[in-house]
Amino acid sequence: MSTTNTGDARELAVDFHGDEPLISGDMSFHDITELVSGHTEKRTPLGWLAAFAVANIGLLILVTSIAYLFWNGTGVWGLNNPVGWGFAIVNFVFWVGIGHAGTLISAILFLFRQQWRTAINRSAEAMTIFAVICALVFPGIHVGRVWAAYWMLPIPNQMEMWPQFKSPLLWDVFAVSVYFTVSLVFWYVGMIPDLATLRDRATKGLRQKVLGFFSMGWTGANRHWRNYEKAYLLLAALATPLVLSVHSVVSFDFAVSVVPGWHTTIFPPYFVAGAIFSGFAMVVTLLVIARRIYKIENIITIGHLEKMNIIILLTGTMVGFAYITEFFMAWYSGVEYEQYAFLNRATGPYAWAYWTMMSCNLLFPQFFWIKKLRRSIPFMFVASIIVNIGMWFERFVITVTSLHRDYLPSSWDYYSPTIIDVLTLIGSFGLFFTLFLLFLRFLPMVAMAEIKAVKPEADPHFYDHSGDGQASGTPSLTSSHSE
Amino acid sequence: MAQIFPKKANALPTLSLLGAVGGGVLSILFVWYYFSPEYTDVGYAPEQPVPYSHVLHAGELAIDCQYCHSNVEVSEHANIPPTQTCMNCHSVVQTESERLEPVRQSWATGEPVEWVNVHQLPDYARFSHAVHVKNGVGCETCHGRVDQMEIVKLAEPLSMGWCLECHRQPELYLRPNEQITTMGYTQTADFVKENLQRIKNESIQPPTNCSACHY
Repeated sequence: MSTTNTGDARELAVDFHGDEPLISGDMSFHDITELVSGHTEKRTPLGWLAAFAVANIGLLILVTSIAYLFWNGTGVWGLNNPVGWGFAIVNFVFWVGIGHAGTLISAILFLFRQQWRTAINRSAEAMTIFAVICALVFPGIHVGRVWAAYWMLPIPNQMEMWPQFKSPLLWDVFAVSVYFTVSLVFWYVGMIPDLATLRDRATKGLRQKVLGFFSMGWTGANRHWRNYEKAYLLLAALATPLVLSVHSVVSFDFAVSVVPGWHTTIFPPYFVAGAIFSGFAMVVTLLVIARRIYKIENIITIGHLEKMNIIILLTGTMVGFAYITEFFMAWYSGVEYEQYAFLNRATGPYAWAYWTMMSCNLLFPQFFWIKKLRRSIPFMFVASIIVNIGMWFERFVITVTSLHRDYLPSSWDYYSPTIIDVLTLIGSFGLFFTLFLLFLRFLPMVAMAEIKAVKPEADPHFYDHSGDGQASGTPSLTSSHSE
Repeated sequence: MAQIFPKKANALPTLSLLGAVGGGVLSILFVWYYFSPEYTDVGYAPEQPVPYSHVLHAGELAIDCQYCHSNVEVSEHANIPPTQTCMNCHSVVQTESERLEPVRQSWATGEPVEWVNVHQLPDYARFSHAVHVKNGVGCETCHGRVDQMEIVKLAEPLSMGWCLECHRQPELYLRPNEQITTMGYTQTADFVKENLQRIKNESIQPPTNCSACHY
């Protein structure tokens, strides 16, 4: 092949996409298919089994603590009279927040033609779905009388009773369940071409049948691609407003009430920013490990991670700005209850939680201004975990500090979680990692079809000057690849 | 490449769609009918320790409900009569009857007869007989034609929706106070109008908020 001409064209394509290639390591289309599919086809690695065992212990802890809760009632939690909302809502908001990055990456970045999303969108969407499942556990169990949990839904019943349509808690049920459904459909539709690839590579009857069922007869025909692209675009457009609406509605759970510290109009944007912040941090945590273990560093490059770190820096600063704005508004409003609520946050009995939140969320991400730290794997790994600790504490601070100082000083109390609260939180991570490990083992963790489309060879003008008509990375003219 | 699925598998998407829709509708109907108190509770007629016949006492002898259930106008509970009430008559009537043996035994020992509760409301639902009886809800409206029951059985579902049907439109159910204990009462031709007038005059406002009954 004439290397000079190919090089020109590749440089052109690379310039168009940014300053570094989206896929490094000069992988051919075939290499990508082999790499990604191979992980679902080989024998189960021992490391995966070990990780799965640990995750399953977590899941068992969750199931046990929930069973204990159902048997005994919500008295096993640390809730007391002014603090009627504790870990259950904190964990719910935390997990829903984490579930925001996936759809932001897959829908909004798709509409904005941010091509770097293709490396991470599949795993980020999977993370979203699993995080929302973890989130949905908590409203389900917090009702105490779990057999009445269906009251959350407007189902006709013999009581002729409906949920309170004026309550944001009901809007929340709709917002989160719609978000879950759309995310799931979006994730699945995006996976169909890749499932078909796995199906075509499968050799065993059962594997062929299962994958054949889920790939819905995909043949890669032009007609299929046209329908697929249209469906994907429509779903992206449908999912985009949801990214913003879901956490806005979650924030209404607080903002619509008249509790000082909750009743603020800044809540919806501030919650959305926080959700994206924590979601991206979780993506970084997971992918830093996954890309190394599964040797997909060439697909999820350091450049992709850096871009996510920039988003973490941006949203972290927005969240920090919101924290400070709340103080300004409390002072500016002249309402003494509002002022007390915020002063009490920073200096009261929960000051330790407040300053944990402040340092984790506002101060720590500021290190990402330094390019070297943005591109340092160990640093970003630690930072991403710290961010999620901070975001968990944000929800804790909002929920508990506002409630523990009631309007009636005689009912003031200090909330501390019980061991069951803590075990349920730990167990929810077990559920999350169980699902995520199953995903890594059985599904294509990278969108193979999409990643090929952002390679320079996918540019129709890539071959304009080359003359031999061969894709880069092709060893010789005689061996050809069918991807 | 050989096809993974046989040709008849092409019918699967259609069938599964139909199955999902049909199964959904069927399961809704199933729950709707078989899970309702109307199916699970109505007709409950436990055997009582004494084979007391309402057909005889309330029907043929036409003893008023309130002769035995005497607190119904003043109390939340429509009391089950004490043995004393039975013995008012049965110390002179049917004194040798085998069926009355448990009553005589109770009278001798002072141990009450353990009647089985037929109309059970959940502990979290408060219901006052006095309020309803004084505002024109007939015995028959909730308990059915007791005068035709050899063994007392549950005539109505006593579900929350069933309560609310009357609380939302009491004019369809109320009757004049002097007809409260009447069995087989027929409403007058323009009873709805009369009831509406009465509801207005006596400001009868059956509550439909949660804490009306759950407190």
